Amino acid sequence: MTTVVRWAGNIAGDPGIRTAARRYWPYVALLAFTIVLPWLFYDWSKARHAGFVVSLLSQMGLMIIFALSFNMQMGEAGLLSFGHAIYLGLGGYVTIHVINAVRLGQFWLPMELMPLVGGLSGLMFSIVFGYMVTKRRGTAYAMITLGLGELVTAAAVMFNGFFGGEGGITANRILKTSLLALSYGPGIQVYYLIVAWTAICVLAMLLLTQVPLGRMANACRDNFERAQFVGYDPRMVRFYQCALSGFFAGIAGALYAIDYEIVTFDAVSAILSGNALLMTFIGGVGVFWGPIVGAVLITLLQSWMSLISNAWLIYVAVLFIVMVIYAPGGVAGLIMAHVPIWRAGRLSALAVPYLRILPPALVGVAGFAGLVELTYFVTIGSGQGKTLNVFHLGINASSPAPWLLASGLFALGTAIALSQRRAFTTAWDELAEHMRMKERG
Amino acid sequence: MQTPPAVVLHNVHKSFGLTKIIQGVSLEIPCGQRHAIIGPNGAGKTTLFNMISGLVAPSSGAIELNGRPIHNRAPHEINRMGLSRSFQTTSLFHRLSVFENVRCALLWSRGYRYSIWHPLWRQHELNGAAERLLDRLHLRGRRDIAAGLLSYAEQRALEIGITIAGGADVILLDEPTAGMNRNEADHAVALIRQVTEGKTLIMVEHDMNVVFDLADMVTVLVYGRIVASDVPARVRADPQVQEAYLGSRVA
Repeated sequence: MTTVVRWAGNIAGDPGIRTAARRYWPYVALLAFTIVLPWLFYDWSKARHAGFVVSLLSQMGLMIIFALSFNMQMGEAGLLSFGHAIYLGLGGYVTIHVINAVRLGQFWLPMELMPLVGGLSGLMFSIVFGYMVTKRRGTAYAMITLGLGELVTAAAVMFNGFFGGEGGITANRILKTSLLALSYGPGIQVYYLIVAWTAICVLAMLLLTQVPLGRMANACRDNFERAQFVGYDPRMVRFYQCALSGFFAGIAGALYAIDYEIVTFDAVSAILSGNALLMTFIGGVGVFWGPIVGAVLITLLQSWMSLISNAWLIYVAVLFIVMVIYAPGGVAGLIMAHVPIWRAGRLSALAVPYLRILPPALVGVAGFAGLVELTYFVTIGSGQGKTLNVFHLGINASSPAPWLLASGLFALGTAIALSQRRAFTTAWDELAEHMRMKERG
Repeated sequence: MQTPPAVVLHNVHKSFGLTKIIQGVSLEIPCGQRHAIIGPNGAGKTTLFNMISGLVAPSSGAIELNGRPIHNRAPHEINRMGLSRSFQTTSLFHRLSVFENVRCALLWSRGYRYSIWHPLWRQHELNGAAERLLDRLHLRGRRDIAAGLLSYAEQRALEIGITIAGGADVILLDEPTAGMNRNEADHAVALIRQVTEGKTLIMVEHDMNVVFDLADMVTVLVYGRIVASDVPARVRADPQVQEAYLGSRVA
């Protein structure tokens, strides 16, 4: 809760260039890092980029835009949407049609500006749909967006002309209309296009939190009744905020179309809408950069975990549930809670409590993972004639030993971690109290 | 031309289902008056406030603000026409800082509307006005704290600040000193007196000291009907009022 205020409050007044630099250097550093990043995985012996890494990073970029645009509704305006992917998907469909038209020479548009096509179509759809859904707020809003998402998904399967049915619409992104004389054939060129547009969108969405509309979205989130009595129509605040959020989701959709060269009904589906929600909540709704963390984390989990384990969806789901219960502020909320302690130089006071709770928790997690993997192997894996390997050791899943070990680790680790929870919160509260006393002098 | 009264109610009725809450209230409050509405619990004072401010529509009758009908307008429209209100239970933007609360309350009246082109940190005049208002509320030291974390009395002060920030000339305060001790209430009264200077003030209040201290006129509401509307001294002396309401309180 206080982290939100720190964010919103400190910016009040003229920050000046030096404070602005101090505040925003992480964003600049992050941008520099994303430019260098693919070269860290460059295969110098074969002189080519690691395709997997480049496509993973590209996906992260567009998911960052998508998650942040979701949070313009969720975190900023308090509107929980279950159908946010429709703006991404529809933006993607329009873009892929435009790419095809440009390729056929029907008109000219440089590839660099293609994301604007997605953005403007996202905006158009979010104005039309947003006008309906923003009549309500709260639970009703969530329900209407859910229905709308289903409606668009159904339409995507039914109307073949525009949506291409189950197969979707494909395109070839090599257009020869680049302003920079790039072909956009190689993934790395698309990656840098995505980096550029992600940077633009992050900056724009950051600025939008610091203008009257953005601030009144916060105000309506906190207390829509009060907002009416300072002259604002909460419904119009919702509508404008929703429309702008659709614009950015549409840009993400265009980048999606360019990156994958195919848009199917997956791009408007409830699964992708759920992903936005997952990324935003795990990253943190209360802090602007929370969804960025969430998008990176979830994309990593989805690509990398799915290589390691077939049961990766279970881990993501459990992570989501645990986060929502124990850390409703997400990863960003956890980090921001430690910042004042770190500033006061008291982080070391948490070392012992953390040492007492984290190792047993990790043991519990290992035990849980063991149980999941064993169960998965017995129900599906063994039927395919595979062997279960952990650290290159073959494990006999039909013998009781691994089961007992995994359950033991899970039970023991969880029990110890839970027993340490009270001691941890006591230590935390003492620290907070101590710092509050010190602040007052 | 004579200026119309600030607020006029013509034979206003309000029922929720079969329950008649307000049964024919007519009242005329001239500009610049400090008008207190008192009455026992359930007399319909807050319902009356909700109708004047547009939160609920009257079942019948008419309400005018500065000579213009407002009884079927939305709260934000009525606010833009120059009427602002506070709430009985504190109603703030609790996750925003104290400063942001005040600044939000200033935005519309300063013409920012739904702008996305005005970075707030560069609006020096707006920010200066917000800072000055914080000074008047004695909340400067709490500037960057979340409004939800303020003490109760501070929240009430901020509530009044948000209510008057937009420069409305008709102010409705719903029990501004409820739940305060004597000392806090005195401070609140001084603040209200100061910030409503030259404005029309309509307030619901239970604390008789506050009422007789602040009000030019007092209206007594009992079971949705006005039983008296007069200057404080005469209302206090009215035997009917004493029987209906004051008798048990100021004895």
